[in-house]
Amino acid sequence: MSSFLDPCLPLGKLDGAWGRIQKDYPSIPLEKRNELKIVVVGGGLSGSSVAATLAEQGFQVKLITYHDSPRRSHSVAAQGGINAAQGIRKDDFDGVNELFVDTLRGGDFRAREACCRRLAEISSSIIDQCVAQGVPFARDYDGLLSTRRFGGALVSRTFYARGQTGQQLLYGAYQSLMRQVENKRVELLPRRDVLEFIKFNGVIRGVISRNLLNGKLEVCKAHAVILATGGYSNVYFLSTNSIKSNASAIWRAHKQGAFFANPSFAQIHPTCIPAGGEYQSKLTLMSESLRNDGRIWVPKNHSEKRDPSDISESDRDYFLERLYPSYGNMVPRDVASRRAKELCDAGFGVGDDGRSVYLDLRDAILKKGIQEIKSKYGNLLEMYERIVGEDPLSMPMRIYPAPHYTMGGLWVDYNLMSTLPGLFVLGEANCSVHGANRLGANALLQCLADGYFIAPLTINSWLASQIFSIPSQEIDNACKDAVANAEKRIDDLINVKGQIPVDIFHRKLGEIMINRCGIIRNKSSLLTGLEEVEKIKQKFHNEVRIPAKINCPNPELEKALRVSDFLELSKLMLSDALSREESCGAHFREEYQTTEGEAMRDDENYSHIAAWEYVAGSDSIKHLEDLSFSLLKPIKRSYK
Amino acid sequence: MIKRISLNFRIWRQESQSSEGKFVEYSLKDISTNLSLLEALDNLNEQLIFNGNRPINFDHDCREGICGSCGFLVNGQPHGPKDATTICQLYLRHFRDQATLILEPWKANSFPIIQDLVVDRSSLDRLIMSGGFCSVDTGEAPDANFFKVSQNDAYSSFETATCIGCGACIASCRNASASLFVAAKLAHLGQLPQGQFLRSERASKMKQQMISERFGSCSNNLDCEAVCPKEISANWISWMNREDDQKYLGI
Repeated sequence: MSSFLDPCLPLGKLDGAWGRIQKDYPSIPLEKRNELKIVVVGGGLSGSSVAATLAEQGFQVKLITYHDSPRRSHSVAAQGGINAAQGIRKDDFDGVNELFVDTLRGGDFRAREACCRRLAEISSSIIDQCVAQGVPFARDYDGLLSTRRFGGALVSRTFYARGQTGQQLLYGAYQSLMRQVENKRVELLPRRDVLEFIKFNGVIRGVISRNLLNGKLEVCKAHAVILATGGYSNVYFLSTNSIKSNASAIWRAHKQGAFFANPSFAQIHPTCIPAGGEYQSKLTLMSESLRNDGRIWVPKNHSEKRDPSDISESDRDYFLERLYPSYGNMVPRDVASRRAKELCDAGFGVGDDGRSVYLDLRDAILKKGIQEIKSKYGNLLEMYERIVGEDPLSMPMRIYPAPHYTMGGLWVDYNLMSTLPGLFVLGEANCSVHGANRLGANALLQCLADGYFIAPLTINSWLASQIFSIPSQEIDNACKDAVANAEKRIDDLINVKGQIPVDIFHRKLGEIMINRCGIIRNKSSLLTGLEEVEKIKQKFHNEVRIPAKINCPNPELEKALRVSDFLELSKLMLSDALSREESCGAHFREEYQTTEGEAMRDDENYSHIAAWEYVAGSDSIKHLEDLSFSLLKPIKRSYK
Repeated sequence: MIKRISLNFRIWRQESQSSEGKFVEYSLKDISTNLSLLEALDNLNEQLIFNGNRPINFDHDCREGICGSCGFLVNGQPHGPKDATTICQLYLRHFRDQATLILEPWKANSFPIIQDLVVDRSSLDRLIMSGGFCSVDTGEAPDANFFKVSQNDAYSSFETATCIGCGACIASCRNASASLFVAAKLAHLGQLPQGQFLRSERASKMKQQMISERFGSCSNNLDCEAVCPKEISANWISWMNREDDQKYLGI
């Protein structure tokens, strides 16, 4: 049922491979580049950076985004920082190897070693680039760049701009992009959703997008297409992702033949503001840096109703400190999330619905003083108070895990090309370096590595190997087919003429997915999940109601198209989780744990990336890319 | 434990730029004060759809106050009554039971209306296009520590760089001036050594673009500073006016 995939890895030694092979990549002569059109979908960190860089190289670039401006993209919300192996001072050691090791180990040995190595090797030039663009990183007293330490890391290597690093990096990339728009090398196509791909002779040759202002379907032909469309945590409805973040472009590409890798690998972040009521639309992340000073606890008594300040020390269970004496509150994200959920399930949770745990700054305030805590976390504490209406300096915060990041995505080879020739996938949308669990502050790094340095080179080289002499009539026919497909999807949804708004289905899907394919998974629950999703999917296509006018702004139609894709993707996530009979990283199968409740990885049978091929009207086919490790041998994760 | 209130709304409804708009009244009964105002609108929209009506269109995305998508007037105030808060972070606990909220889109010549509470802010993108960047191609950057920046300068630059481009400053100004938006960008780059190259050219071009986009002159009323969700100081407008762009204009 499965075959093996070739990731096109570089030959020879892995360390230094990227630098070594770059000069062998063929390149298109400068004067020919302006004849080649490239479409970039998504204007976040990787989309903006790749579009700007390709335009600088002389290509004709179009950038499509559903936002009114690329500056709104969800990268803007990343708080913590960006890792880099940059030696700041003369006595600093070379951190490339350390960053590589932490990335691979953080991913629980389910990522491709060569890609992790390359990420660490490129990291330093990314900081150079961002500083030159004017990103106002934090500085030390001597004027040099400052770093801080992040969870899961051995050394301090995270560069940051307060709690708004993603915003500042995005603005850097966005401004470089706008410079190219001004130079007329990039055409910006905002307020458009990509609905279909133009495929000719098995090669992707453009996209069909829907203009969100007038509903027109627009054909955008290209010599290569880049997807930089982010992750799909919104499958869970309540997540830390922006409301419009979606999987539609990657799911449509998947249905055209791009393999989907490790779809079930989703990171659930432990420190988020818990759900507050029935119409809550999203969950807000509180940076995990709070765990440096906050102690996490639940009451020892079942269904405790007392005010936290009335609960004595002996009635409090500091469960992470109890279970993991050496790492304590700083255990990795997946471990902290799982333990919090277990205790809430067992009836020890707090808050109105018992679905949260305390994160308590009391002891840190006593020890360090209220001023120090305020200056360290001021913004975060204000944000918490704004949303919850309680002062975290006088009352412990309530937190609960929330879906945050998807490590899975379209399968790409070492050159970031999907299984569909001509279709490249960057950033969170692909599956290349994070394995089964992403290391903190590596998301921004990957976006910019892909966008500034890797894709511009590999796309150039792929284009150089292609001959583009296709009769225009045949391409036009392919465009017509794609437009017809998109039209049919829209008509089908409008013509349901049911009674129920889209959000109600989405919320229901989210409940199913967080229960069946969330922090903890098991076989029978996953099987039930598949049935539940199928039911809700049928109901959606029979009962959804969308305002009928489509030649004008219609946000309900936009949502419906996204949710219909989420419904299909959910089933693939459940199937993938079902077929991976081991626990690794964020994927925790109850059946595969040690007597102490820790994850049990099965390297003998599951040391691979599972890449799923879509088959119309039948079950998806699983292909395997076996993972081998030459620089770092797999070891067991332990945080005891 | 959950507190519930009822709210009345008067919301600007307009199909398109060419059609006539009007206020329409709605009400929501017994909604939790733990909801944000946008979540209350989600709730209202659900009812409108159930009843076969067109839902209210408003821009929004991250709902944590950083993307800059959301923004409209609540009882005449951009982003509503709470300081340093975007509309998506405005919670119902700040309103009295039975209060009436009047919701209107940003009003400015440079922000044409699209539908209901949604306006076109692409003029802000064009301001950035006109010069709001450092001119450096990928791969040509010097070592990151080639530039030393004092902690004060880095922090001051960062503060101006936090502008989220929501447009509240413009919506609050009686001249619909984009001075604070442009000043923030010029100050972000102009305070860093990396931004010194073409600094006066950047200032001239962005100021020129403000005029072409039909933004007004600074009204000196400081409303922009009062409504800015990121609390960017109007002192930067004075700073901008000291920028020496004559050199460039003279060439």
